[in-house]
Amino acid sequence: MSVEHSTTSNLVEIRDVYYSVGGRDIFQGLTLDVPRGKITAIMGPSGTGKTTLLRLITGQIRPSRGQVWVDGQDVSRLSRPALYALRQRIGMLFQNGALLTDLSVFENVAFPVREHTKLPEALIRHLVLTKLQAVGLRGAHGLMPHELSGGMARRVALARAMVRDPDLLIYDEPFAGLDPISMGVILRLLRNVNDALGMTSIVVSHDVDEIALVADISYILSAGKVVASGAPKALKEDQSPLVRQFMNGLPDGPVPFHYPAADYYSDLLD
Amino acid sequence: MYNTFKQMLLDAVAGFGAVALFLLRIFGQLPSALLRPRLIASQIHNAGALSLVIIMICGLFVGMVLGLQGYDMLERFGSESALGSAAALALVKELGPVVAALLFAGRAGTALASEIGLMRATDQLVAMEIMAVDPFRYVVAPRFIGGVVALPLLTMIFIAIGIFGVQLIGVQQLGVDQGTFWSQMRGSVEVEDVMQGLIKGCVFGVACSLIAVYEGYTAAPTAEGVGRATTRTVVNSAVITLILDYMITAVML
Repeated sequence: MSVEHSTTSNLVEIRDVYYSVGGRDIFQGLTLDVPRGKITAIMGPSGTGKTTLLRLITGQIRPSRGQVWVDGQDVSRLSRPALYALRQRIGMLFQNGALLTDLSVFENVAFPVREHTKLPEALIRHLVLTKLQAVGLRGAHGLMPHELSGGMARRVALARAMVRDPDLLIYDEPFAGLDPISMGVILRLLRNVNDALGMTSIVVSHDVDEIALVADISYILSAGKVVASGAPKALKEDQSPLVRQFMNGLPDGPVPFHYPAADYYSDLLD
Repeated sequence: MYNTFKQMLLDAVAGFGAVALFLLRIFGQLPSALLRPRLIASQIHNAGALSLVIIMICGLFVGMVLGLQGYDMLERFGSESALGSAAALALVKELGPVVAALLFAGRAGTALASEIGLMRATDQLVAMEIMAVDPFRYVVAPRFIGGVVALPLLTMIFIAIGIFGVQLIGVQQLGVDQGTFWSQMRGSVEVEDVMQGLIKGCVFGVACSLIAVYEGYTAAPTAEGVGRATTRTVVNSAVITLILDYMITAVML
């Protein structure tokens, strides 16, 4: 099979992917599509491999079987230079921001531009300040990462992720641990950036309510497969036990509340 | 017992192989890293200038102890006038390169390993990869070059301060004749001796810097992983320095 793939309406296509680590199966025949220009949410209980899926899409790990197509290229078969060329069109927002600690906010946002282009300094400044203005932190451009709060760091990281106007913007748990104001900023930016710049976005999250506000399509993963997919509203009305448990935050159900253990009473009496 | 030994041997060979491949990857990025003089200068500053105080203080005290012990020993044979040449040769050929390397591993090596390890633990290295920037080019190679350049310089400074320390004790305090001290030293220390010290400094610089960046880069992305990487940097650097010291001495004598 060739590395090239016909261009379709999907920017990312995961086809029958198997992946295991340390003897534990993470994916067992995972198949899903990320349509161009849409916001796709990947949801699921903890430990279902949501972040692993992002690592597969960005080529950090390779599946043991199956294909991961990003813009018509099989990521798992790309050489390092080809993978780096593809990654130049991908932006990623990490859960903790992952800002480079020895660079200021301005230099962090300018970093991908400086590394990949030879733009004049005035233009770089213009680009960086525009993106910082979009996340509301133009005034913080001189601060160092350790001077930022968690929410601010994530907004700077978002400015950095979108500074080169990527085709695909990936958000890893963008709402986790944010205050309501920062969360509102990220939510608004997610939708605006996607629509205004014609990007495709993948959001990994388990914040059901926030996802419902922005996602065009949601996938729920469990046991290494997609167990439900569709518009967030449709998923809210899905009657399958696992989807109901997840969407409504029920403590017990197909995903058990208790970690597997011996009988409670005999354990106490021992 | 046999199986354990076999496994240890295999692990050691695999470990050396991994470090060798790591070094090759650094070499692959050296040209593009060398095009960033500011990045390299800041790493030479971090590894070199920031180690200067500890190197100078330790060099002074090692020299002073050498003055005391050397005088005590040489006096028994009535040849205390040879203090200058004996101490200088010991410092130039052995003590300077080895002690400077051990101090370098403890100060700069641990700083390098923990810095890179923390970058790993906080996803900074992965973020660079996703931004299509090879961490070897931006993080590993400049730090490696910084260490390789800094250690030979630190070694020479250590030796110079050490000789000053010997002179301070031997000449100023114990009364060895100033003229004899310096002329004996000039007469017995050859260019080859200085070259041997310098070569050792360079080799130890490569070894200690490589161990530090390797341990940091391959650290488990946890607090415990970074701690372990730091410890391993010091231990491995010390052991490898002493083994290499024996090998270089055996070849060059």
